[in-house]
Amino acid sequence: MSMFRLFSSRPPAPATAPIARERLQILLAHERGMRGEQPELLMLLREEILAAVSRHVALDPDKVMVRMERGKNVSTLEVDVELPNGLERSFAVAS
Amino acid sequence: MAKVLVVTSGKGGVGKTTSTAAIGAALAQNGKKVAVVDFDVGLRNLDLVLGAERRVVFDLINVVQGVAKLPQALIRDKRLENLWLLPASQTRDKDALTEEGVGRVIADMRNNFDYIVCDSPAGIERGAMLSMRFADEAIIVTNPEVSSVRDSDRIIGMLDSKTAKAEKGEQVQKHILITRYDPARAARGEMLGIEDVLEILAIPLLGIIPESQDVLRASNVGSPVTLNSPASTPARAYADATKRLLGEVIPMTVPSEPKGLMKLFGRRAA
Repeated sequence: MSMFRLFSSRPPAPATAPIARERLQILLAHERGMRGEQPELLMLLREEILAAVSRHVALDPDKVMVRMERGKNVSTLEVDVELPNGLERSFAVAS
Repeated sequence: MAKVLVVTSGKGGVGKTTSTAAIGAALAQNGKKVAVVDFDVGLRNLDLVLGAERRVVFDLINVVQGVAKLPQALIRDKRLENLWLLPASQTRDKDALTEEGVGRVIADMRNNFDYIVCDSPAGIERGAMLSMRFADEAIIVTNPEVSSVRDSDRIIGMLDSKTAKAEKGEQVQKHILITRYDPARAARGEMLGIEDVLEILAIPLLGIIPESQDVLRASNVGSPVTLNSPASTPARAYADATKRLLGEVIPMTVPSEPKGLMKLFGRRAA
């Protein structure tokens, strides 16, 4: 490929500015939303979800994963809680 | 009525100090009495860009602490009799700048100048906060590049919430100054365009300063580019931006090199 490039005229580099523009628009939409109000939104969500789940199930805080994926129109919050075995028994105790 | 302007950006290396020197000088050339103030404690450079580095005796912190009086610390430009510099301190103690002290110095300067142009340090720490704290207007220096645009957005948020004006429920008037712009690269889609930056930041445009060797040449010799090579493309762009700041309506153009040269580059780029 690089050999051909030597002889042919250089192909134009793909325009990267539109990519930059889109990335910025997505990022800034989120950063503006977070600004001032709840900069620790993820931490807050993690704690409250943890508290809610642990009212009913005994769980290991280290086994809870919270991830966020920011998209242009929709963002997803992914909460992954690893429940210990013998869940039914925990339920029985809790209720 | 004196106006306090802050030249800010968040990101470093985008051209705050160059722009402060060029716009400060251009305001003075327009007959305004101007003080440029360096807020970059520990890393002062406005003195160097203005060619006054060997005349610094007292600085902003000395005045804030009452060690020196304001007239003792102000350095008058040797070329423009309307231009003064209040240098930053080279001390490392950034906490020496207090909000109360800076407020006092700025209030004092408001009585003696038409324009007080504050050169913000990079970042969002104390020096940057204090440089914008008492501003009436802000020039946000932005390069057409993702990290610079993001940081500008952050700074805009701070101008809208952390300034004295914002706390009174008023607005700091904000302007975008795009620097280091390369029209050929933007035309090829390699660089964010003016429209992209303005749409994302949603702040009115004050001017477009093209990338140019004249800027480095001017700082090499310690002279604002508007003074050192007034016919150059960046100098004309800064002069136009300054006139817009003063309320004149000037069509927005990217000043270009003389025609023959431009054609040559234009063909190459196409």
